[in-house]
Amino acid sequence: MSKSEELIKKYQEKSEYSHGFVTDIETIKVPKGLNEKTIKFISDQKKEPEWMLKWRLKAFERLQKIKEPDWQKPKYPKIDYQDLYYYSAPKSLKDQPKSLDDIDPEIKKTYDKLGIPLEEQKRLSGVAVDAVFDSVSVATTFKDQLKKIGVIFCSISEAIKEHPELVKKYLGSVIPITDHYFATLNSAVFTDGSFVYIPPGVRCPMELSTYFRINASNTGQFERTLIIADKGSYVSYLEGCTAPMRDENQLHAANVELIALDDAEIKYSTVQNWYPGDKDGKGGIYNFVTKRGLCKGKNSKISWTQVETGSAITWKYPSCILQGDNSMGEFYSVAITNNFQKADTGTKMIHLGKNTKSKIISKGISAGNADNTYRGLVSIHPKAKGAKNFTQCDSLLVGNKCGAHTIPYIENKNSSSDVEHEATTSKISDDQLFYCRQRGLNQEESVSLIVNGFCKEVLQQLPMEFAVEAQKLVGISLEGSVG
Amino acid sequence: MIEIKNLKTSVEEKKILTGLNLKINKGEVHAIMGPNGSGKSTLSYALSGKEGYDVTGEILFKNKNLLELNTEERAQSGIFLAFQYPIEIPGVFTNNFLRTSLNSIRKSKNQKELNAIDFLKLVKEKSKSLKINQEMLSRPLNVGFSGGEKKRNEILQMALIEPEFVIMDETDSGLDIDALKIVSNGVNALRNSERSFLIITHYQRLLNYIKPDFVHVLSNGKIVESGDWKLALELENDGYGKYLN
Ligand SMILES: Nc1ncnc2c1ncn2[C@@H]1O[C@H](COP(=O)(O)OP(=O)(O)O)[C@@H](O)[C@H]1O
Ligand SMILES: [Mg+2]
Repeated sequence: MSKSEELIKKYQEKSEYSHGFVTDIETIKVPKGLNEKTIKFISDQKKEPEWMLKWRLKAFERLQKIKEPDWQKPKYPKIDYQDLYYYSAPKSLKDQPKSLDDIDPEIKKTYDKLGIPLEEQKRLSGVAVDAVFDSVSVATTFKDQLKKIGVIFCSISEAIKEHPELVKKYLGSVIPITDHYFATLNSAVFTDGSFVYIPPGVRCPMELSTYFRINASNTGQFERTLIIADKGSYVSYLEGCTAPMRDENQLHAANVELIALDDAEIKYSTVQNWYPGDKDGKGGIYNFVTKRGLCKGKNSKISWTQVETGSAITWKYPSCILQGDNSMGEFYSVAITNNFQKADTGTKMIHLGKNTKSKIISKGISAGNADNTYRGLVSIHPKAKGAKNFTQCDSLLVGNKCGAHTIPYIENKNSSSDVEHEATTSKISDDQLFYCRQRGLNQEESVSLIVNGFCKEVLQQLPMEFAVEAQKLVGISLEGSVG
Repeated sequence: MIEIKNLKTSVEEKKILTGLNLKINKGEVHAIMGPNGSGKSTLSYALSGKEGYDVTGEILFKNKNLLELNTEERAQSGIFLAFQYPIEIPGVFTNNFLRTSLNSIRKSKNQKELNAIDFLKLVKEKSKSLKINQEMLSRPLNVGFSGGEKKRNEILQMALIEPEFVIMDETDSGLDIDALKIVSNGVNALRNSERSFLIITHYQRLLNYIKPDFVHVLSNGKIVESGDWKLALELENDGYGKYLN
């Protein structure tokens, strides 16, 4: 074994997932199985109005007619949808807690441990949090303060009851229930997630964020998030995710819809740190997520930033439909895969309106035996006169056993448009490592520094409060990868 | 300071250094000259611990067995190599790199790490006294730097770290006279009775500015002749011909 191979082994054994603990609490679970009864149970638990249940059942009807896709690069064993729990909620939440003080101390402790205290006074000022634990939202902070300026920030379950006019109008308007298998599945059985509405002309004064935690075993998490930025408004939203370490694979199939009206802007950032499985590839989350934004109004803008470091398989394409004239879509992505992790991620930019612009910056980092695919679509429709796209896809390989693939699709039906694509693949060189180490950095610090440099363009898009965390996460997720 | 005994190195079966002996005392400046391919850079790598070389023999540094330390441990214990070809690291700002580097070394000595403000003060002071334009510090490390900027950046790092033993690998190659002066001023400013230098160069020119205590000729992986600085002048006139077989 060469010296560098020895180092690889040494670090691999060390690397560890620090959010992998389990919270021991009593839960309410629906019996396993995907059927109408389960869906009715979920709807009933959430005391949903009749129209919502109907909507779910319509999706379920559709689901039975369609098949799970299999064109993606990372293959996985067949999921037995009848052998999953679709709803799991802490018992203590059966009667919605009235205030943050009423929350089960065990759950509070969980979030403290994750570094997300739910008490408002302990929170980072300027960040409001909706905390989703398995299938339910357990708390939303700063809700009242935001309400005073007309911003609605609550769980989707609450919005269905309290703001049905908005939910009815926009839910499924960007991701129709017929969209594709996982989107349809989510529409039938979604449990919780966040709802945001920013009224016209309001610049949301805080970062809004949702923290998703999977705790229960054998349970799928079906998140649903809906964000609406009315005319001339602005919001920056961030989601974070973690899960316990388990030998089995768990499914997280989310639907996230964003709508930006005239002159509005939504900035959506994700720091995804689901349990990635162990170093032999056992366990970990299947992160199969549909995220789509609609730039409905003129001059609107939607910007996706994602830092994907976790999950056994990440399979998602946060997309923008650029419908309004002069609207703009952006996608900034860092996807890190180590050990046996797999990622097939990218974006779709659909240019419909005139002078629409899109920008794609993707940084894929692959280490260990991992496999990383960028898959992206830039589609320019005949009416999108003067549309512009710029795509930059860079891959960085750490070691010799990993893979990186770039699969760009371009459909250009307008001759006045301008599409630019650049792609590079590089390796961390021994010379770079030697240079850093000669200046006193150890092997891990050197890799972390070089990779952070590689991702800089994306990381600097994150809200300040989270950029530092993300930088650390980049280092941690590559522990054990040096070669 | 450092004592090298019967040093042999090979890479992928190719023998490069074939039994090199050299002793450098505290405060001394030694120059190593030699034709291209004679093993000068290899010597600098063997001393600083670059991986991928089979190294045998003995290197004692401050009475410690250097061959037992890895690259960063050697750097932390006081060895600095100014690279012949400094490496580019895209996206990492030079400022940030210099601070991370300095703090790693300080940390290893149980010294307090410098915060951003204190670091900026220090780097300002050092670059001013070295007459180095600070503008390059806000660019990614060595990326798009001119040859001269790269070498000046190495000298600035040396001045910040204040190592005990400095190896300079052809720092003078490709420099114009102004840059050469900056480099040699940087070295002369650090020269004192506690610090030693090993200056690898191809040309005698640099040695007009940094006057060495000893000059050695490296050929075929061995030191074949040693003398004082006058040896450098001879080499300049006669070339390396007589050392090549
Ligand atoms: N990694 C390597 N693999 C094979 N040969 C090498 C390697 N590194 C150096 N060499 C060879 O070793 C000899 C000495 O190289 P080097 O130390 O760079 O010489 P110098 O710095 O004196 O010009 C040269 O012949 C060079 O080609
Ligand atoms: Mg050389």
